[in-house]
Amino acid sequence: MGVRDGYSRARRALGDRSTALAVAVVGGLLALDLLRRLFTGMVAPGQVATYLWTGLVIGLIYGLAGIGLSLTYSILSFANFAHGDHVTAGAFSGWAVAYAIAGSGAAELGSRLLVQASPGQVGASIVSTPLAILAGLLAAMVLAVALALVMDRLVYKPMRGAEGISLLIASVGVAFALRYLLAFVFGTNSRGVTASVPRYTIGGLVVNAHEITLAATALALMLGVHLLLQRTKLGKAMRAMADNEDLARVTGIPTERVIRWTWIVGGGLAGAAGYLVVLKTGTISYSFGWVLLLLIFAAVILGGIGSVYGAMAGGVIIGLTENVALVWLRGPYSDFTLPVAFGLMILILLVRPSGLFGGVTTA
Amino acid sequence: MSDSNPEDGSGVDGTVGEPVEADLPEDVETPEVVEPEADDSEIEEAAKSVPRGLPLRVQNLHKEFGGITAVDGASFSVEEGSLTGLIGPNGAGKSTTFNCIAGVHNPTSGHVYFRGEDITDLPPHRVADRGLVRTFQIARELPEMTVLENMMLAPRGQTGEGLAHAVAPGLRSGVVAEEEELRERAWETLEFFEIDHLAGEFAGSLSGGQRKLLEMARVLMTDPEMVLLDEPLAGVNPTLERKLLDRIHDLREDGLTFLLVEHDMDVIMNNCEHIIVMHQGRVLAEGDAEAIRSNDRVIDAYLGENI
Amino acid sequence: MSDDGSDRSPSESSTDSGAPTDGAPGTESADRMDRARGALDGLRDRTATFDALLILGAMIGLYGLFAIIGTVLGYPLNGVVALVREVTFFTAVYALVVLALNLHWGYAGLFNIGVAGFMAVGAYAFGILAGAPTGSPPGLGLPIAVAVPGAMLAAALVGLVAALPALRLKADYLAIVTIAIAEIIRLALASRVLKPVTGGGGGFGNFPKNPVRGIFYAGSGTDRTAVGAAVLDAAEGVGVTNPEVVIDLAYTLLVVGIVALTYVLLVRIGNSPFGRVLKAIREDELVAESLGKDTRVFKIKAFMVGCALMGLAGIAWQVYGLGGGNVNPTNNFLPQLTFYIFIALIIGGAGSNTGSVLGGAMFAGLLFLLPNYVPRVVEQFVTITARPNTFIDAVAPLASLEVMPFLGYALGNIDQLRFVFVGALLVYLVQRRPEGLLGHRKETASTIDLSERGRPGDRRGTERGRPAADGGAGAGGGEPDE
Repeated sequence: MGVRDGYSRARRALGDRSTALAVAVVGGLLALDLLRRLFTGMVAPGQVATYLWTGLVIGLIYGLAGIGLSLTYSILSFANFAHGDHVTAGAFSGWAVAYAIAGSGAAELGSRLLVQASPGQVGASIVSTPLAILAGLLAAMVLAVALALVMDRLVYKPMRGAEGISLLIASVGVAFALRYLLAFVFGTNSRGVTASVPRYTIGGLVVNAHEITLAATALALMLGVHLLLQRTKLGKAMRAMADNEDLARVTGIPTERVIRWTWIVGGGLAGAAGYLVVLKTGTISYSFGWVLLLLIFAAVILGGIGSVYGAMAGGVIIGLTENVALVWLRGPYSDFTLPVAFGLMILILLVRPSGLFGGVTTA
Repeated sequence: MSDSNPEDGSGVDGTVGEPVEADLPEDVETPEVVEPEADDSEIEEAAKSVPRGLPLRVQNLHKEFGGITAVDGASFSVEEGSLTGLIGPNGAGKSTTFNCIAGVHNPTSGHVYFRGEDITDLPPHRVADRGLVRTFQIARELPEMTVLENMMLAPRGQTGEGLAHAVAPGLRSGVVAEEEELRERAWETLEFFEIDHLAGEFAGSLSGGQRKLLEMARVLMTDPEMVLLDEPLAGVNPTLERKLLDRIHDLREDGLTFLLVEHDMDVIMNNCEHIIVMHQGRVLAEGDAEAIRSNDRVIDAYLGENI
Repeated sequence: MSDDGSDRSPSESSTDSGAPTDGAPGTESADRMDRARGALDGLRDRTATFDALLILGAMIGLYGLFAIIGTVLGYPLNGVVALVREVTFFTAVYALVVLALNLHWGYAGLFNIGVAGFMAVGAYAFGILAGAPTGSPPGLGLPIAVAVPGAMLAAALVGLVAALPALRLKADYLAIVTIAIAEIIRLALASRVLKPVTGGGGGFGNFPKNPVRGIFYAGSGTDRTAVGAAVLDAAEGVGVTNPEVVIDLAYTLLVVGIVALTYVLLVRIGNSPFGRVLKAIREDELVAESLGKDTRVFKIKAFMVGCALMGLAGIAWQVYGLGGGNVNPTNNFLPQLTFYIFIALIIGGAGSNTGSVLGGAMFAGLLFLLPNYVPRVVEQFVTITARPNTFIDAVAPLASLEVMPFLGYALGNIDQLRFVFVGALLVYLVQRRPEGLLGHRKETASTIDLSERGRPGDRRGTERGRPAADGGAGAGGGEPDE
C-alpha cells in the first residue's frame, strides 16, 4: 500500500501550484532561449515577427470559432464535434455569395455559386471587390446561423437534457451529414478562391491585405460579442450560464431563448471564422473545418470551457504556439507544429482542466 | 487489493485495543474530546465488562472547503459490534465527516483510524477494501446490471477480478467455484432482505424502496467489518423503515458494527445504543439516548430545528 | 438426468453444506466443472445459441444480397466468390475493432475516439519489427510470430501511456485527449523526422509478404507448394479459376479465425468478475470504488487489452487486408476510421459482444460496401442518360421535372451521399434507439449462469438437459462462447 498512498498524498500536497509553476518555468526558459536566439542571430527578428503575426491572425480565427464551441459546451453541456463543419458550411455559403457578386459577367453563375470558377476570372479580393467580400461575410454569418438553428431544431432539441456523450455522438452524426452534404453540393476538390492582394513589408515582417482584413474583422466581431455579453440582459444570462455550472444547475435547463441565442452567436461566429480563414489561406475544401476542429478545441480548453474571453485568448495562444514553435522546430521538425499544439491541449486538460485562466475571466 | 486482505484478517483484530490505548494520551490534549468521553463514564464501565474494541476512531478531524469550515475538530470512536448513531442539525458536518471516513474527501487535518490503521488519506476503494464499507444516501444501484450482478460485484478480493483469471483456461475453474459460492451467498442475502424475487431484474427497474434494500444487501455481500450508513431511512415509508431497521438489528446481533448517520432524531434515539451529536463541525455530546435527551447543549443546538 | 445424479452424489454433501473446499480434490474439481456446465445449460446457453444464429442469419442475409448483386452484374463465379470474400473480410475486420472498442466503451464506459491511432501503432510496430533489414525503411527482420505479439504489446503500451493520466478525466475530455493522441501519432508517423523509420508521408511498405501466400506458393516465386497445388486445383475444379481469389479467401478465413478467438476472449472477459467490475465502472464508478474496487487499475487493464486488439486489427486490416502492402498515415489511419468503428458499435449496441459483431457486419456490408455497387446495379435497370458534373446542373433540370440528371449526379457521387446517410443514421440511432440492435440486453457478467438459483439440490431437477458430452478439455471447454 505504501507507495501508491504516499504518491497520492505527495501529489495532493504539491497540488495545482506545482504544475502551474512547471508550466511557468518551461515557458520562461523558452522565452529566454528565444531572446538568446534573437541576439545571437540564430533567428531573424523579421522572421519572429512574421511568426507572431501569422500566429495572431490564425489564432483570432481559432478564437472566433472557439466562442461558439465554448458556449455550446458550457450552456448545452456537450462537445460539439460538428462545429468544424459549421465553419466549413459558413465558408462555402459566404464565398458562394461573394463569387456571385464579384464575378458577375466573368464566369457563369452556376460555377460561381459552387465556388468552382477560377479565382483569376472572378478576381475576388478585398482590394478589387470589397463590397462582394463584405456581402460574403454577412451571408456566411446569416447562413451559418440558419444552419445552426435548423440543426438544433432537428437534432439537439429533441434531445434536450440528454447526457453529454449522447449529444456528442449526435454531433458526430451532424458532422458527417453536413460535411458530405457540402461535398455533394460543392464537390470534393480543394481549390483556390481569392485573387492575390498587395503585400506590405514592415521591417522583416510581411503582411498582406487579407490578413489585415481578417484581423480587423475578427477583432470587430469579438468586440461585438463583448458588448453583447456585457451590455445586454441576454448576454448576462448567457454568461452566467456559461460561466457557472452551479448557477446553471440551480436554474435548471437553460431557457430556449438562451439556447437559441447560443446557436445564433456561436453559429454566426463559426460562419464568419470559416469565411475569413478562406480569405487568408485563399483555398477552400469540404473538409477544412473538420481539420481545424481539434485546434479550435485546443483554444477552448486552453481558455477554459465556458469562458468566452478564454476562448479568444486561448485561440491566440494556440495560434502563436503553433507558429512561434517554428523558432525551435526547424526544417523537417516543422512537421511537429500541430502535434505541439495538440500536446499543449492535452497537457492543459490533464493539469488544469479549468483552463489557463481558471474560468475567472468572464466577469 | 489482495495484499491488504491478509492484514485485515490476521492479527489486527486481536490487537485492536493496543493502538487505541497508545493513542489515548494524545486525545487528552484536545479538550473537545475529553468532555464528551467524560460524560459517557457509565457506558464505558458497562463496555468494560465485555471487553470490546473500537474499530473506528476519528481524531481531531478538520475539513475546510474554500474558506468554509465544515468539520472543526471532530473526535469520536465507534465501539465494536455497536449501532452508533451520528446526528446533528443541518450543516453540523456529519455528511462531511462521513465522507472523510469513507475516503471521498481528504480531511484538511486530523486522522481516521480503522482497526488501528491510519486510513485518513486512503481513496474510497482502499477504505472499503479494509472492510469499512458505506452506503449512499440516495441508493445508487447499477441500473443496467441485474440485481444479482449488483450483488456479485460486491464481494472483496475475488480472484476472478484478475484479468488472467478471467481468461486463462487453467485458472478459470477456481473462479467458477468461487462464483458458485458467491451466487449462493447472494441468493441467501437477497432472501434475507426479501428481494430474491427480483434477482434477474435490471436494478434500474426497481422501486425506490427495493433499491434501498438492494444497497444494504450489496454492502453485506462485501462481508464488511463495519458499515457506514448514510441516511438509509431518508424518504422511506414506515413499513420499509421498520424492515430496514430490523435487518440492521439482526446484523448487529451477529456482530456487525454500524455507524448510522441520520437526520431523524427519533430513529437514532430509538435504535442506537450510542449516539454522537455533532454541531458546528464538532462533537457536542456523546452517550446513550437518555444522556442525549437530557443534555441541555443538545437541546440548545436543536432549538429552531423542528425535531 | 438421473444418470449423472448418481455420479455426483459423493461430493454433493460437501457443497450442500456450503463448504466446497473440502472433500477429495480430484472428484471435487471434476464435479465443479460438471456443475459449471450444468449451470450453463440455462438461459445463457440459449442466448449463445440465439447469438450464433443471429450472426449466421445476418451473414446469410448479406451473402444473399451480394450474391444477387453479383448475379445482376453478371459476374462470373470468380467475381461472385470475390464479392462474398470482400463482404466476409470487411465484416471480420470491422467486427475485430468494434469488439475491441466495445471493451473500452461498451464495458468500461471509456470513450476512446483514438482508435485509428492505436491501429496505426500496431501496423507500424509490426512493420518495424518484421520488415526486412535490407528493405526501406529497414525493419528488424523478426519472425511474424514474434512481431505480431510485439506490435500488440506496442499498441498496449501506447495505450498505457495515454491511459495513465487520461483515464481520470470525464468522458468528453477523454474523447478529446484520445483523438488528439491519435492525430499526434498519425502526424508523427508522417513526419520527415521519423521518415527513416516510418517512411514518412509516403508510408511504410517494407512488410513481410502475407504469410497466407506462403501456404500456396514457395519462396517468392510462382511455384505452388503441395498444399497450394491441391487447394488451387480443387478451386479450379469448382470453377474458381483465379488463384488470387483463393489466396484472399484463405487470408480472410484466417482473419475470421482471429475474430472468433477475439470474440471468445472478450466474452470471457465480459462474463467474469473482471468484466463485472468494468460494467460497474461504466454504470457508476463511485459505487464500484465504494465497494473496494480499484477502478483505475481495471480501467487501465481494459484499455490496454482493447488497444492491443486495435493494434492487431491495424495489421490484419490495414497492412494485409487492403492489398497494397503499404500503409500510409494519410490514407489508412484518418480519424474518420475511428468514427466508422464507433457507428458500427452503436448500430450493434454498445455493451454486447454479439452486437459488436453484428454492427460490424451491418456497417461493413450495408454502409461501407453496398453503396459501391448501387450505381452499377441501378444502371442494370435504368439507362442513365445524363451525368452532369456539378450539383447545379443536376438540380436545375428538376424544375422541368427532369429527374435523370439528378439521378446521374447522385449515382456518380454516391460516396458522399453514403456518408450523409451514415450521419443521419447516427443521429437517428442516438435519438431513437441508443441501445442499438442488442445493447440493452441482459448479458450478465459472471463466470456462471445467474439465471438459475444453481443450488445443487435445486438444479438437479431443472437442468442438465444434455450430458456433458463436450469432453473434459479445458475448464471452459464446454463454454457456449460461440
